[in-house]
Amino acid sequence: MALRSTKYDRQLRIWGEHGQSALERAHICVLNCGPTGSEALKNLVLGGIGSFTVVDASKVCASDLGNNYFVDWDSLGQSKAKTVSAFLHELNDAVDAKFVEESPEALLESNPAFFSQFTLVIATQMQENSLLKLDEICRQLNVMLIIARSYGLAGLLRISVEEHDVIESKPDNKVEDLRLHNPWPELQRYVDEFDIDTTDNVIHKHIPFAVLLIKITQDWKRAHNGKLPANVRELKVNFLTITARRRVEEDEDNYTEALKSAYVVLFPPEISTELHAILEDKLTEVNASSPDFWVMVAALKQYIAKEGQGEPPLDGAIPDMHSFTDYYIKLQKIYQARAEADVTAMVGHVSCILKQIGRDSSSIPRTTIKHFCKNTRHLRVLRCKTLRDEFSSKAGPELQRLLANEESSHPALYVLLRAVDHFAATYNRYPGAFDGELEEDVSRLKAIAVSILNDMGGGGVALPEDLISEVCRFGAGEIHTVASIVGGIASQEAIKLLTRQFTPVQGTFVYNAMSATSLVLNL
Amino acid sequence: MHRWEYHICNIHVVTFETLTWMLHSTFCLQRLSMADQQQQPSSLLSSRIDDGSGMENRWRDIERLLLRSGNLVGPGFEPGPELREALQNDFRVLVIGAGGLGCELLKDLALSGFGHIDVIDMDTIDVSNLNRQFLFRIVTQSFHLLIDFSHTLHYYLVSAAKHEQSVAGSHALRLGMQDVGKPKSEVAAARVMQRVKGVTVIPHFCKIEDKDIAFYKDFQIIVLGLDSLEARCYINSVICGFVEYEEDGSPDLSTIKPLVDGGTEGFKGHARVIIPGITPCFHCSLWLFPPQITFPLCTLAETPRSPAHCIEYAHLIQWGQDRIGEYFDADNPEHMKWIYDQALKRGEQFNISGITYSLTQGVVKNIVPAIASTNAVVAATCALETLKIATMCSTGMDIYMQYTGTEGIYLRTVPHDKDRNCIICSPGVPLEVDKSITLQKFIDTLLKDSRFKLKLSKPSVSYHGNNLYMQAPAVLEEMTRPNLQEQLLRLMGGETSDVLNINDRRLTGVLRVRVTFREGADTIDMDTAGT
Repeated sequence: MALRSTKYDRQLRIWGEHGQSALERAHICVLNCGPTGSEALKNLVLGGIGSFTVVDASKVCASDLGNNYFVDWDSLGQSKAKTVSAFLHELNDAVDAKFVEESPEALLESNPAFFSQFTLVIATQMQENSLLKLDEICRQLNVMLIIARSYGLAGLLRISVEEHDVIESKPDNKVEDLRLHNPWPELQRYVDEFDIDTTDNVIHKHIPFAVLLIKITQDWKRAHNGKLPANVRELKVNFLTITARRRVEEDEDNYTEALKSAYVVLFPPEISTELHAILEDKLTEVNASSPDFWVMVAALKQYIAKEGQGEPPLDGAIPDMHSFTDYYIKLQKIYQARAEADVTAMVGHVSCILKQIGRDSSSIPRTTIKHFCKNTRHLRVLRCKTLRDEFSSKAGPELQRLLANEESSHPALYVLLRAVDHFAATYNRYPGAFDGELEEDVSRLKAIAVSILNDMGGGGVALPEDLISEVCRFGAGEIHTVASIVGGIASQEAIKLLTRQFTPVQGTFVYNAMSATSLVLNL
Repeated sequence: MHRWEYHICNIHVVTFETLTWMLHSTFCLQRLSMADQQQQPSSLLSSRIDDGSGMENRWRDIERLLLRSGNLVGPGFEPGPELREALQNDFRVLVIGAGGLGCELLKDLALSGFGHIDVIDMDTIDVSNLNRQFLFRIVTQSFHLLIDFSHTLHYYLVSAAKHEQSVAGSHALRLGMQDVGKPKSEVAAARVMQRVKGVTVIPHFCKIEDKDIAFYKDFQIIVLGLDSLEARCYINSVICGFVEYEEDGSPDLSTIKPLVDGGTEGFKGHARVIIPGITPCFHCSLWLFPPQITFPLCTLAETPRSPAHCIEYAHLIQWGQDRIGEYFDADNPEHMKWIYDQALKRGEQFNISGITYSLTQGVVKNIVPAIASTNAVVAATCALETLKIATMCSTGMDIYMQYTGTEGIYLRTVPHDKDRNCIICSPGVPLEVDKSITLQKFIDTLLKDSRFKLKLSKPSVSYHGNNLYMQAPAVLEEMTRPNLQEQLLRLMGGETSDVLNINDRRLTGVLRVRVTFREGADTIDMDTAGT
C-alpha cells in the first residue's frame, strides 16, 4: 500500500519494514488512561500498532480537562476509557481500538486470563500491591510489561520481562570490522596487487585506505621483528614518512582517511563484555525446546572457537573509501564474500546443533542466520528482576552510596515514590492531598521513606528534606508535560521491545523533571 | 541545583538564579502593564473559570505547583491564583514550527495553562507527517462507509469478550477530515482550540523572515520546534539583537526574551534554554550541531562508490545537463522518479547496487528520521522549561539537555560556556586598533577580520546612538562621509575602550564591537594579520 509506506516513511527509515510489521502485529493494553497512559498510547497509535485496549473505570471529570488532551468538555461524565480510545482512534484508523470500563485492579482479581490476548501491557499510575499481582500474571502468560508512573515533577519507569533477546541492537558507535591487523588470504592477495610506492600520482591517491593500512602495517612488522607498532602514533609516523617520501599533492584524501582510521589496526573491535556474557550463558547448553536465538548463539560459540579463530563472523560492511570505483567495488566484494562464507560456516554449525537436539536441521532459515551474523558483535540479552524481587531488594547499601553523592535526587525520588504508595495504603490518600495537612504529611512521608530504606538494609542515610517536601507539594498531581515525557518514554521502550531493535532500559528508570535528568537504578 | 555560574563579559559573575529572578520581575512588570492596557483586570477574566460550574478543579494538578510554595523553586516564585491567571490571560508565547515538535508544543503549552499562543509555520501538511504530527488527519480506510453510518454510530459496539467494547467510528471520521495540503499552522491552531477550551492559538502561515522584527517583540517567550539550523540562527540573531547592554556590559533585563529550543533525530534529541546575553546563544555553540554530509563533486562525477554517490550525481549534475532550464522540485514525484531512474542506470554502469526509491528521496531531500515518542519527550521538556521560566514554579534545567533513547534511556544536562567573541550575542566582540586609526581604516579592518567578513558587506557604524557613518540613505551617507577621514578615537570622544554598533544588511541584528585603542603609530593591521 503506497499510502502506508509514505505515512510511515520517517519511521521506516529507523526500524525498517520488518520492524513496522512487528508493530502492526502487536496488541497493546494500557491500564489507566490519564495523561501518562493516553500519551504513551498516542505515540504507539501514530506509529501504527495493530490494536489497543484501554482499561479504566473512571468517568471524565473537570481535572481531566486540565491535563489530558484526549478528553473534551462534551465527554464530561462519560467513560474515560471510551472517550480516550475514540479520540486516539481518530489519529490512525488503521489501528483497532477497544476499551474496557473496569478498574485494572478489579480486572486483575476477576479475570487474570484477560491479559493473555496482549503482546504487551503498559501499566500506568498503579500502586505497588496491584503491580505485584500484575507482574506475576504477565510473567505467567509470557506477556511483556512496562510500568510507568508520573508523579508531580518526577517519574518512574521499568520493564518487566523474563528475557528479551535483541539481534539488531543498532548501537550508536560501531567500530568497523575490517581485519586490517589480520587479513585473510583473499584480502591479502588483493592488497598485494597494489604498489603503494607507485610513481603514478593519480593511482597513488586512489588506493583505498584499507589497502594502505594493511601494507604499511606489514612493512612495519617486517622492519620490527614481526611486532606491531607499540602505539597509534608510531603507526602514523610510519605513514607520514611513506607519504612524505611519495607525496606529490598536499592532501591526498586516501591518506587522510588512513590516518584517521589508523587506530583500528591496533585496536580492532573486540568481543564486548555483553557478547562474552551471552556466550557464557547457561542457555547456550541447548535442548529441543531452546529458542532459535540460543541455538544460533551456541553455533556462534562453535564458530568462534573453530573457523573464526577467536573472532565472530565478519559483517561484511565497509565504509566509503576514497578510491577508484573498481578498486572499491572489488574490495567491497571481497569483504562480502568473506561474510557470506562465514554465514555458510554458521549454517553448518546451526544445522549440526539442530540435529543433535532432535530438531529439523534446516528449521532456522539461512536468511535468519545471515541476519544474526551481521549483528553478532552487538547482541543483547535483557533479563529483568521480578517486581517482587525488586521490592524485597536488599540493595540498601547501593542506595546509601548513591544518596551520599552530591547529586542524590534520583535515588531519593525512587525511595519517595515508593513511599507515597505505602503512604496511600496507610492513609487511604496520597501525601499532600489536602493543603491543610501538608506539614504533617511531610513528617509522615519521611518516616515511611526511612522505614523503606531500613527494610532494604540502607538505614542511617538522610533523604534530602527539600525533596520530601516537594514530593508532598506534588500531591500526586499528574502534570501534563511530565506525563508526556514518561508516557513518551514508555512508548519508546514498547517500540524497542516489539520490534526487537535497539536496547531497552535495564533497571528502574528514575526521572527528575526539576532538573530534566535521569538515572537508571539496578537494585 | 542551578549553581552554574555565567560569566558576562568577564566583568560580572552572576548566578543563574539572580538573573532569572530579575527576569521574572521583568515579566511581572510586563504583565501589569499589559493588564492596564487591556483595561480588563485579570481577576475578571479568570472569574469565568470559578463560576460554580464545577470547573474550578480543572487545573487541580498543575495548581499543586502554582498555588503551593515549595523549596525547590525558582527565585522570586510567588505562588497563588494570580500566577495561573497570568498564564491564562497575560502571557504570550510564540511557537515557531507546527511540525512534529510544534504539534506537541501547542498541546503541552495549552495543557500547562498558557492561554495565548501564536504559531508560525510556512509548510502545508504532507502524508509523511502523519506518523507523529498528531494534530493532522487523513482518512485511509472505509471512508465512505463511516460517513454513511455517521449519524447512527455510537461507539458502544459490545464485542465478543464480555467487557470489551470497540471503537468503530469517531468524531473525526464523521467529519471526514482530510488535512493533506492545508497549512500546518492553521490546522494545528484550530485543532488545539477545539479540544482545549479557553486557549487562543493564533496561526501565522508564513516564513519567519516574512514577519517584521517587531512582531517578535510581542511575546514573552519564544519556543522553537524547527528542523533547520538556518531558521534557528535567524531567530537567534533577532532575539539577541533585541538585547541592550548597560555601560558595564551587563544586559538590560527588560530587553531579554528567553528562547527555548528543541530538536530530534530518530531516538535522540535535545532541549535547550537560551537567555540571550546571559547564557550561550546558538551561535556560541554551533559545534553542537553535526556538520552536513557533502560529497566532493569529483567523486560524484568520476569515482562513484555508493548508492548515495549515484543519486547525488543524478540530482546535482545530470538534472542540469539533461533537463535544461527546468527547476528541480523535490516534491514533484515525476522529478524524483527521474532522479531515481538515472541513479539506477548509473549504478548499473558502475556496478553499484542498493539504490532504492526511498533512499533516493532520503538523500535528495536530506530526510531526517522522526518518530512520535522522541518528539513527545523533547517538546514536553521544552514546554515544562517554558512554564518554569514563566512562573518560577520549579528549578530550571541546566541550559542544555541531551536525550538518548537508543541504548537504555538517558536524559542529562550539559553546561557549556558563552563565547565572548560571539558576533551575535557578545556585548562587544573585542577588537584592538591603533590609536591613530581613521573611521575609513576601521571599516576596512572590520571587512578584513575573519570573524566578521562573511557577515558584512557595507557596514554602517554608530556610537551611543550617534551615526558615525551610514551607508544609506544617500542623504545620511553624504552627511556622515566627512567622518571617514576623522580619527575614530576623536569621534568616540577620546574613550580608549568602548562599544561601537555595526549595522549591515547581511546582519539580522546588530554587531557590537568593543574597540580598544593601543599605543604606537606604525603597527598596522596587527589583529588582522594572518586572517
